[in-house]
Formats: sequence, structure tokens, C-alpha cells
Amino acid sequence: MSLMPTPRRDIAWIGRANALVRYGVLIGVGLIMLYPLFWMVAASFKPNHEIFGSVSLWPRDPTMDGVVKGWRTGTEYSFATYLLNSFAFIIPKVVLTVVSSVLVAYGFARFRMPGKQLWFALMVATILLPKSVLLIPQYLMFREFGWLDTYLPLYIPCAFATDGFFVFMVVQFLRGIPPDMEEAAVIDGCNSLQVLWHVVVPVIMPAIISVALFQFMWSLNDFLYPLIYLSSVGKYPVALALKMAIDVTEATAWNEVLAMSTIALLPSLIVFFLAQKYFVEGITSGSVKG
Amino acid sequence: MTKGRVLLRGVMKSFGAVDVIKGVDLEIAPGELTVFVGPSGCGKSTLLRLVSGLELPTGGSIMIGDRDVTCVHPSERGIAMVFQSYALYPHMSVAENMGFGLKIAGLPKAVIKEKVAKAAEILQLTPLLDRKPRALSGGQRQRVAIGRCIVREPEVFLFDEPLSNLDAALRGQMRVEIARLHAKLGATMIYVTHDQVEAMTLATRIVVLNAGRIEQIGAPIELYRHPANLFVAGFIGSPRMNFMDGIVEAAEADAVHVRLNAATLRLPRHEGDVKPGAKVTVGIRPEHFRVGSAVDAGDDQAVEFDSVIDLVERLGGETLAHLRMPSLSDGVLVVKISGDIPLRIGTGLRVGVRLAQCHLFDADGRAVGASAARVAAVAA
Repeated sequence: MSLMPTPRRDIAWIGRANALVRYGVLIGVGLIMLYPLFWMVAASFKPNHEIFGSVSLWPRDPTMDGVVKGWRTGTEYSFATYLLNSFAFIIPKVVLTVVSSVLVAYGFARFRMPGKQLWFALMVATILLPKSVLLIPQYLMFREFGWLDTYLPLYIPCAFATDGFFVFMVVQFLRGIPPDMEEAAVIDGCNSLQVLWHVVVPVIMPAIISVALFQFMWSLNDFLYPLIYLSSVGKYPVALALKMAIDVTEATAWNEVLAMSTIALLPSLIVFFLAQKYFVEGITSGSVKG
Repeated sequence: MTKGRVLLRGVMKSFGAVDVIKGVDLEIAPGELTVFVGPSGCGKSTLLRLVSGLELPTGGSIMIGDRDVTCVHPSERGIAMVFQSYALYPHMSVAENMGFGLKIAGLPKAVIKEKVAKAAEILQLTPLLDRKPRALSGGQRQRVAIGRCIVREPEVFLFDEPLSNLDAALRGQMRVEIARLHAKLGATMIYVTHDQVEAMTLATRIVVLNAGRIEQIGAPIELYRHPANLFVAGFIGSPRMNFMDGIVEAAEADAVHVRLNAATLRLPRHEGDVKPGAKVTVGIRPEHFRVGSAVDAGDDQAVEFDSVIDLVERLGGETLAHLRMPSLSDGVLVVKISGDIPLRIGTGLRVGVRLAQCHLFDADGRAVGASAARVAAVAA
């Protein structure tokens, strides 16, 4: 009777210590990883001289200067223009990517066609191809089309499911879904496109949301392609505008750059948290079920 | 009146180099509930999918009603199908699931609603119409899948192992519901299963398939009483029929003497042709042995043998005894005894065999005396 409580208390204590160590390490590593991000957000509210003058995260003289001046930018356009520019090609890009990737993935996952294995292997091979290899031929091609200094080279290729990674992702997701539902829809009188629209799309919605999110974030962060194809400052997206802010003067106003970087992060963060539930389901269920 | 008739002529299906269906001729009369049974991989599901149009045959023709539907789209064949996995649309409510086919066909909403309500009433689904499939139990989901078929008012209902995802109790209940539905609607139904009990209880006629061919077609009791060959004899009935190898010693007009291990059985026969010296197989169902007082000593149609009990399975209502009967066979024979009889392993048991209930198969596995013509008759 008197012996019983002792081992129990021991076990409880060991469990608690265990959890403490585990969470301590996790929180510690997490903070180290997130520190640059916190530093960036904090630095947005510091005056320029304080950024390199103090190690403290918390601003000694908090100011909105960086945000206000940064928003105005050193150019004739405000930062809003650059944000809108980004959306002007990202939205069509995301829509075209989703439509084309789902169509092509549906074809690969559900239809018999001659040489399917070969085509699929080729498509996967394009994922492995370094993007820089294609830069020069693509540039020459789009120059012939007269598309330079427009957004067309940035999103029109997406209409042809050129992002093999997304096609691959949706194919894997579809492979994990039994085709019975689609067969039931065929018996119910659907043609292939109706099956896709009424049955497949609702079922693979998590994968579709993942595709849209990835494409949105990667495109917003993309620096190289806009740099190559866009020449008018008035058409620059956020990524180029930020770089421009560093170049304009010799004494870079780092607080302005960091404040705008913080703002540039917001769309991705908002979209991510809105779709987080589906997003996580999308990347995990494709692998687990498949 | 051929509405609801299904006619298969020389239907073949290959997947690449693999022949799954090797020429099937079958006529299903209107209003029949035909069950396809067979072991895994025998082609029963493929045959059903050929009728549904989800697969196209590589040879032969398929007719439903008066129309040749060999190459017709599944939705225009006048069929509806229930899948093993239910295959409900997870994002639609029960009502939307049931009315989806009509919606695609472009029917007005009011008509769809009315038909769905009518089908829901038949299946007692009315209170569930607004639910999503994930909020339903397995049995309810299967009823929705059946409701989706009823709404389409098909000539032929196709069931692809519809009960194998349900637990045993629910399976029994749904089996009764399907039988009741068949009686109510009077529609032609084709039902695929590997479960003998489902086949025996539901079927008007059973089609036994093996390796892409029809082994036998017949009413359930007919298959049980007169299996056309060793395969059907072993497949229908549970536990399976005991088989013993023997040699014909003498053939009389009304009996065949078959020499088994150490005993000779005088099996009565009505027709068929066996020659002395021919290798044969004698089949006895476990339930056709007689034990103890049940053996009628004065019956010259019954013979008794000594056996040693090897294993006993007590199921409560019946007892399965695995016996060694050296005079009949080298292997172990299973005997089904009704009731719970205390039997001890290793002890002896005297077992009687009613000769009239023995089956005799020739060296090719065909039943001696059974009308083999029955299998071929359908082709005509």
C-alpha cells in the first residue's frame, strides 16, 4: 500500500522531464530557425542607424519611418503598384497551372494511351532539368513572339502543364483514389470531362489547393524570370522592386527594404494560413495513400 | 417481351496477353437474379464489367433487351451498378448522389426530386437524404448505392460483390433486403460474389465460373445436387465435398463397382458410361455421412466404415469431424454431424455412407451420369 505511490510519482516525473527536454530542444531549434524572420520584422520598425548598431531584437526608438518611406519607394510608383504587378501575372499563372496540371494528371492517371510510360518518364525528367538550361532558348523564342516586356512569358507556358512537378503531384494523389467513383459517374452518364469536373475535382481538392499555393508562393518569390523578361520599371513585381530599392542609392535604407520585405511576405502568409488545413492534407495524403 | 433479357455470345476479354474471359455464352431471362460465383481471379467481376460497358470485350457480342450493346456507352445500356466500395460521391449529399445520373441526363429538378424521394422511400432512406456519405454507416451507404440504381430505372441491375465490405450481421440483413428488392422490382439482376451463402440464397440461377469459362449454370439446388464436374462439386457446398480416388471394378446396368483404398462401393447409377479399369473420383458431401444411431443397419444402400477421429470442430449447431478412414482414402475426410456431439480425438467412430448420395466423376473430372449437355445448352 505504502510502496505503490513512489514508483508512480517517479514515472510521472520522468515523463514530465522527458517532455521538458523534448519541447525545450524543439522550441530552441525553432527559435534559431525563425530568428532571421523575427529580426527582419523587428528591423522594419527600427531607424536605419540602429539596424547595424544594436543586436537587440526590440527597437529602442520604434518608428514607422521605414514602412512609410518604403511604401513610397524611390521610384515614381508606390509599392502598391509592384504588389498589383505581381498579382497581374501570378493570378493567371496559378489558374492556368491548376487547370493544365489537373487535366494532364487526369490523363496520365486514368487513361490508356500508347507510350504512356515513356511520356510520363519524360515529364518527370523535365522536373530534373535545371531551369537555367532553358533560359536562353526560351528568351529567344519569346523575343520572336514579341512578348518581351510583357507578362505573357511568365504565365502562358503554364497553360501547357510545363510544371512537371505539379502534374506529378496530382498524378500521385489520383493514384491513391480508387477509380470506382469515376466508373459510377460514367454509368450515371458522364463523359470524361464531366467525370473530371463533377467527381474528380471535388475529391482531389486538397491536391489542387496545394498546387495553387505552391505556385502562388514560388511565383511571388520568383526573381529570375521577371528580371529577364521585364524591362519597364512600371511593370516590375515585388521581388524586383525590393532589389531595386537596394540599388538606387549607395546608402541603402535597410529599414525601408526590410519593411517592404515584411509586407511582401504577407500575401503568402495570409494565403497559406487560409488554406493550411487543405494544404497539409494535400501534401501528406498524396504520399500516404499512394 | 425481351426487356431485361441479357444475352452474351462468345464473349472474350484479354488484358494484353492474358485471356481473362475465354468465350462465354449465357442467356439471362428477364426478371432473373443470376449470381456469378467462382474463386478469385476467375473473371466473374470482369464479366460483369463487360455487361456494364466499363470494359469492352475483345470478342463476341452482348445484348440487353433487343439491342446489341457491345460497343454502347455504359449510361445508354439500361444498366445500373452497385460497387463493392459503394463508390458514392463523397462531396454530395445522399439525395444528390441518388439524383446525379438524372441531373447529368438533364431532367428537370422537380422530376429528379420526385424520383429520388420514391427510391428513398423504398429503401427507408428518407431521413438521411441531406446527409453526406461519410455520416452514414456501411449498410446505409450500400442502400444509397442501391438507391442510385433504382432511380435510374434500369433494365438490369449489376451488383459487384456488394456485401463484402459489410460485417457478418449486416451482410445477412442486406442479403434479405436485396432479395426483397428483387421480388418487389422484378427487374433482372446480375450479382457477383464469392460467398456461397449469398449465391445459394439469392440466386434464381447460379453461373459458376472458373479461369474465364463457365463451369455450370443452374438453379442453386440443382448445382448442389447434380454438380456437372469436380470443380463445381468442390466449389458449391461448405465444407467442401470429400473426394476419393478409385478404379472401376465392374459396371452393371444399374450400378458401378468402384474400388477405393480397401473397400469397394456399389454405386447406383442412372445413366452415363464408365468402363471397368477406368480411373474415377468418388465424391461425398460432409453432410451425407451418417454417424451412430442414424445409420440404418438394414439399408443395403448404406455402408459402414471404421474411422479414427483426427480433429473436431464444434460449431454448436453442428460438429465437423475430420476422420481418417483408411478403407476409403489416404487423406482426411470431413464429416458434418448435426448437433453438438462429444467426440474425442484419437478415438474410433463408425460412419455410414449412403451410396445414393455419392457422386461419381470420370478421369476428366466430369460427373458420370450428369447431363453435361446442360452446360452447352445455353449456347443454342
